[in-house]
Amino acid sequence: MPPIAPRSGDAIFASTERVNAELFTLTYGAVVRQLLTDLEEVDEVNKQLDQMGYNIGIRLIDEFLAKSNVSRCVDFKETAEVIAKVGLKMFLGVTASVTNWDAEGTTCSLVLEDNPLVDFVELPDTCQGLYYCNILSGVIRGSLEMVSMKTEVTWIRDMLRGDDAFELQVKLLKQVPEVYPYKDDE
Amino acid sequence: MGREVSESCVDNLLIEMVSSYCDRFYANKPELAARRIEAIGYQVGHQLSERYTMERPRFSDHLEAIKFICKDFWSEIFKKQIDNLKTNHRGTFVLQDNQFRWLMHMSIDPSSDGSGLSHDASGALVDNKAAQAASMRLYFPCGIIRGALTNLGIPCAVSADISNLPACSFVVRIKV
Repeated sequence: MPPIAPRSGDAIFASTERVNAELFTLTYGAVVRQLLTDLEEVDEVNKQLDQMGYNIGIRLIDEFLAKSNVSRCVDFKETAEVIAKVGLKMFLGVTASVTNWDAEGTTCSLVLEDNPLVDFVELPDTCQGLYYCNILSGVIRGSLEMVSMKTEVTWIRDMLRGDDAFELQVKLLKQVPEVYPYKDDE
Repeated sequence: MGREVSESCVDNLLIEMVSSYCDRFYANKPELAARRIEAIGYQVGHQLSERYTMERPRFSDHLEAIKFICKDFWSEIFKKQIDNLKTNHRGTFVLQDNQFRWLMHMSIDPSSDGSGLSHDASGALVDNKAAQAASMRLYFPCGIIRGALTNLGIPCAVSADISNLPACSFVVRIKV
């Protein structure tokens, strides 16, 4: 049987169960607001949003692999393109562009012009320092870790802080060889 | 049609929000976790009902507002209406969704509930972890309904009953 061809992000998004984005956006906003109330420190909120994203990412990768038919990427460049054009599209309905590669091909930026997480959002002055979309960087970090890539994901530009786009820098720290939880002879 | 996202975005956000509050922030204080989850739902319901009623005249009575929740409001969120509405005509309404989406992906084994305990989201005894997780998750839609109705000028208390899975009933008690 020939291998199944990978599907485009548009095709997957079109065939997936979708919901009204307002519900998602407002729910995320309410979660952030509640965390700010309960945890008080903005840094702690950033940390928890990242952790929530990470926990989501390690589950979401299965759905991504199952729906996209994407097999092993040849290099990190292909991985970044797949996240930008397939991963983001099939879940959030938007794509990113991949830019700012370093010479080694291990660091790049995902640039989002459109981001459903921030519709209707304006940050008050008291939230300086908040990385509102930190859940997203956690999701990317978590899902990549499940396919053996340790990464560091940081926000470079943020429209809620007055920048002209959202820019996430993804840095490949190391590629972990796959470790099986059991030995063949057990 | 407005903007959409994949359903799993909402599902995963809810799962993670509930587990963050129940297992991390308030691991030993389920009542506090429940209150926070309900409060998040309340905010969402309040904002959504504000948006969905902008263009319409005020509701003439409680029943009209409840019907709006059962039809238009529920359809916006779940792409279906509430299946059954009952009332005692004294301020209590029971809204039943026969296939409640937010419980569909959860595995709850009703047979483990041999003692006929009530799975009441308002804090009744629960006898296994899955049912407990489900009832924690239900504080969110309960909060949504309470927030939406409060925004329409109807203060109330909302609880959930999942004794007939996969159906879920939301019990709205209007405060007088």
